[in-house]
Amino acid sequence: MFGESVRQLMAINALLALSIYLTLACGQLSLANAAFMGIGAYLGAVLTLNAGWPFWAVIVAAVIVPMLVAVLVGLPSLRLRGVFLAIATLGLGEVLRVVIVNLRATGGAEGISSIPVKTHDWHLALALAVALYLTWRLRGSRMGYAFEAIREDETVARTMGINTTRYKLIAFVLSAALAGLAGVLKAHLFRAITPGDYGFVQAVDILTFAVVGGSASFLGPALGAVLLTALPELLRSNVLRDVVNFEAGWQTLFLNGVILLLVILFLPNGLVSLFTRQWRRPTPLASEPATVEAT
Amino acid sequence: MTLLRVEGLTRRFGGVVAVDDVSFTVGAGEIVGLIGPNGAGKTTVINLLTGLLRPSSGQIEFNGARLDSLTPHRIARAGVARTYQNIRLFRGLSALDNVIVGTHLRTRASFAARLAFAPAVRREEAEARETARALLARVNLGQREAARATSLPYGEQRRLEIARALAAQPELLLLDEPAAGMNPAEMDVLIALIRSLRDEGQTILLIEHNMQVVMGVCDRIVVLNFGRKIAEGTPAEISRDKDVITAYLGEEE
Ligand SMILES: Nc1ncnc2c1ncn2[C@@H]1O[C@H](COP(=O)(O)OP(=O)(O)O)[C@@H](O)[C@H]1O
Ligand SMILES: [Mg+2]
Repeated sequence: MFGESVRQLMAINALLALSIYLTLACGQLSLANAAFMGIGAYLGAVLTLNAGWPFWAVIVAAVIVPMLVAVLVGLPSLRLRGVFLAIATLGLGEVLRVVIVNLRATGGAEGISSIPVKTHDWHLALALAVALYLTWRLRGSRMGYAFEAIREDETVARTMGINTTRYKLIAFVLSAALAGLAGVLKAHLFRAITPGDYGFVQAVDILTFAVVGGSASFLGPALGAVLLTALPELLRSNVLRDVVNFEAGWQTLFLNGVILLLVILFLPNGLVSLFTRQWRRPTPLASEPATVEAT
Repeated sequence: MTLLRVEGLTRRFGGVVAVDDVSFTVGAGEIVGLIGPNGAGKTTVINLLTGLLRPSSGQIEFNGARLDSLTPHRIARAGVARTYQNIRLFRGLSALDNVIVGTHLRTRASFAARLAFAPAVRREEAEARETARALLARVNLGQREAARATSLPYGEQRRLEIARALAAQPELLLLDEPAAGMNPAEMDVLIALIRSLRDEGQTILLIEHNMQVVMGVCDRIVVLNFGRKIAEGTPAEISRDKDVITAYLGEEE
């Protein structure tokens, strides 16, 4: 029911949503995903156009380099908590933008156009399958429990023997890998990239996927990404077209803002909370036993 | 055999000396009570022992090795687990999942192995779950597995925290006012639990206000007042000690 490019964009955005899910699952409000996406996109484009690397090698590089940058950036910045980490990681995006604008290989403020189309649907399907598998297997794993403990109470997690620095770094690095992957695939799909594509707006969009979908489960952000990508298209194509002239642009931003607000007000745990288990009040134990059973 | 040796432990907060030149030991298998009026510095001692605070001076030795410059997770790995005076359960997790997190130090499985569906990982996860179930049963929360931790009544939350700490199989268990807010029936359950732990040889440092609990389970008692150690001895000796009576027991009348 959607055009090809919308379906492809859904897959890319779902990858980005899973990228931010990994850090949120570990309690870290990082907004570096857009920047890592930019690194993947630019590195990929340059390696394809200037170095003539085969596409598989380009993808590998566009995944690994953001991971390395994540290690360097993560070690100092993951000490920051909450909104301070968010600001610091947004700063990374600004630094990246300045670097890209001033390098010759990256085409300056104009960006790079005419990147050959190399991403096929099976690339997207495979990437998304890998990302979904990774995030699905996280729940219930030793590392997944460590992530949850850190998200709930980092201090307590530490006194339970969890190396919180290590796990936060792992979450940040895996998150960077998925973002880099999304970046390189998107660049080789839509052919043109500019420095502005990976700034504040993109960072907030990615966060919006997770907030709207809900980050209690990996399905939430993926769902949020698919819905928010589809929505403008739906509105463009139905009767509403006659009521408002729905062009992509500020209307999309406006719409995302309204949805974000509604979800935060009425569904604070996101759309996915409509489907997941609700906690029941425990019934009082029949009688409080007076002795402790031996085990 | 001495498991824990605290030597000249001091911690200042600005002008306040919360813990002032405190020394004591805890032998393997012993249950030592740490008592004193509110603000005496008991919780600060536990925070120093678990690495959440650094001592201003003094030493902490555990199993013959220095603990006082290690990070909290390394101290936990060395064999020290704790509960919190102001209960700090993982609020969003079920009772069972809280205890499963506690098994972190007793499990090894890597995420990569889990991605590959390695049988060893599945076995380890099943074992951790069984351990957690057994611990919940042990603290009389067998029927609470699926309940959200913070929906439980107060006394049950305290026992759940103990189960979570025990899941790490610590050599030294630090309990910070485990009976606070408990009714008499819950207190009896707690006393029975601490006794059964002692029978298994569990070493415990117990902070507690309730004299029934302290006198009922402790082998030895250390008394703090204004950060200083003012007495140390058996429950019988402590209940006769003049300084303690004026500083602490007298206060309750
Ligand atoms: N993090 C802190 N910052 C400043 N002062 C503190 C801190 N922790 C404890 N104190 C002070 O140290 C003293 C001892 O507190 P605490 O160890 O909690 O006593 P207790 O557990 O015996 O009731 C109190 O005066 C308290 O205000
Ligand atoms: Mg206290």
